[in-house]
Amino acid sequence: MKPIVKSIALTAGPVVLREAMRAIRNRRVIRRTPLGDSRWLTVTVNAPPDDVAGDERVRRALDLPGLRVRITPALGGRGTELAALPPDEATAGRTGPASRIAGEDPRQSVRRALRDAKSLVETGEVLRTEPTRPHTPGGKLIGALARRSGGEGRL
Amino acid sequence: MKALCWQGVDELSVERVPDPRILNDQDAIVKVSASATCGSDLHLIGGYVPAMQAGDVLGHEFIGEVVEIGPGVERLRVGDRVVVASFIACGRCRYCEEGQWSLCDNGNPNAGMGAALWGYETGGVYGYSHAMGGFQGSHAEYVRVPFADYGAFPVPDGLDDDAAVFASDAAPTGWMGADLGGVTGGDTVAVWGAGAVGQMAAWSAGRLGAERVIVIDRLRDRLDMAERHLGVETLDYTDTDVGAELRERTGGRGPDVCIEAVGMEAHGTGPQYAYDKAKQFLRLETGRSQAVREAVLACRKGGSVFILGVFVGLVDKFPLGAVMNKGLTVRAAQQHGQRYIPMLLERMAAGELETRHWATHVMPLRKGPKGYELFKNKEDGCVRAVFHPSR
Ligand SMILES: NC(=O)c1ccc[n+]([C@@H]2O[C@H](COP(=O)([O-])OP(=O)(O)OC[C@H]3O[C@@H](n4cnc5c(N)ncnc54)[C@H](O)[C@@H]3O)[C@@H](O)[C@H]2O)c1
Ligand SMILES: [Zn+2]
Ligand SMILES: [Zn+2]
Repeated sequence: MKPIVKSIALTAGPVVLREAMRAIRNRRVIRRTPLGDSRWLTVTVNAPPDDVAGDERVRRALDLPGLRVRITPALGGRGTELAALPPDEATAGRTGPASRIAGEDPRQSVRRALRDAKSLVETGEVLRTEPTRPHTPGGKLIGALARRSGGEGRL
Repeated sequence: MKALCWQGVDELSVERVPDPRILNDQDAIVKVSASATCGSDLHLIGGYVPAMQAGDVLGHEFIGEVVEIGPGVERLRVGDRVVVASFIACGRCRYCEEGQWSLCDNGNPNAGMGAALWGYETGGVYGYSHAMGGFQGSHAEYVRVPFADYGAFPVPDGLDDDAAVFASDAAPTGWMGADLGGVTGGDTVAVWGAGAVGQMAAWSAGRLGAERVIVIDRLRDRLDMAERHLGVETLDYTDTDVGAELRERTGGRGPDVCIEAVGMEAHGTGPQYAYDKAKQFLRLETGRSQAVREAVLACRKGGSVFILGVFVGLVDKFPLGAVMNKGLTVRAAQQHGQRYIPMLLERMAAGELETRHWATHVMPLRKGPKGYELFKNKEDGCVRAVFHPSR
């Protein structure tokens, strides 16, 4: 492949991601309601509510300052909905796309904690990934994305 | 250890990289004896899959020996010879329990990337970008296998590495296309793409009761291989009108089930192909879907289309009107290997399913870049290159 073709081809990934981010941003604009940032974040755990409520690992994973936690049976007996709401003072003005990319949206760590809690109940562990190599080209970007992306669902 | 790494678009090299370590209690380390190239890797190499990083180890179709296990591994033992499913899945979330292993909720630590692209994340895959978990691949001397009790399957004695390796990815993928595509007794099935995945879909369709199977490609050696090993009919799309030919071969009805095993770099003919190439080049669409379009248009009324080929983003000119007005069922999936691998290994051991002939180019790992060149350009009759890291 010629260098010019190569460099254009290399942009494929970022373009897809950029389009996805744009879609998310647009959606946020449409959906912005006074309650937009006070939405509960939820995961469904494949276990009965009593097991989730009584699991010490869930309590530890969700032990974040001011976090409210709600445990309800999922519809149709399909496990348990585990939900969490970060305190208003933590999220105020810090939940937009820019904060998400910077990894500063407090909802990101809540989303990660919910995922971790779910994985601990279902599998007994939280899967770890091999370390990225930050010193290679592209490595910084991917490292940054990977660090953010375990958090609040959508980058 | 030695490993075959992605360095950039169309750039591969064999490097020394750190040995993998047990990072989770349920991990195993597998010493790779054979690791195969897959059509999906070509999409990575071509730069069509986002979130690759220079130095990432490629490879997700492999067989080897368990050399180390974490304290949470209960079924596997050191010394077991295993084939490993390409998707990393926990076995205990709702999706895994329902047999939809590639949708596992707990197999992808980089969940947000998948969620950004598709709304919800999927499971992880070896050597398939950071959006799919950032796991290192199997074109290496050793590989870390998470959730090892669920993803690694003991291989029956007497099955050769270069045959059994395809139980990891190509074989379950093809089987899934026929199975979830809903093939039943008496069906006519058309398969686009005569790579290992397409050939396996054609074979599986026959096992599930299809009376007639037609495989479509332009590569004569692959079509010949399909005729010879599977006894199926073939069509060369460069010298006929596929839709018209399928219509007449099926008594004017069209195939009952159409399986697409080509993916986002579909080749084609005519102005539509030039249009797709230009748009993909400019990134106005991320995949060329020529074969999907053709499958949708060729499918009989009320029939079913199963997309096995990999797509990551947007395609253009998708004939939604044909789907709607003909009442088609369109399905797709990354492969749910864990659901099919034990059954397929049994069929291989019984001599019913032959896969060894897909390993057209067996070579040491240090020749990896050459192997991919042959596979990418389909030179010298290459169906899959298989690397042996210990040679
Ligand atoms: N769903 C899954 O989990 C899964 C698993 C493995 C592979 N795949 C995908 O399946 C596809 C096939 O994989 P493979 O390893 O067999 O790849 P391959 O590259 O060996 O084969 C693809 C074949 O498609 C043919 N082709 C190209 N354009 C065509 C067209 N317009 N009509 C008919 N045939 C055409 C090519 O000539 C080639 O023979 C790839 O997209 C791959 O990513 C998906
Ligand atoms: Zn594959
Ligand atoms: Zn799972």
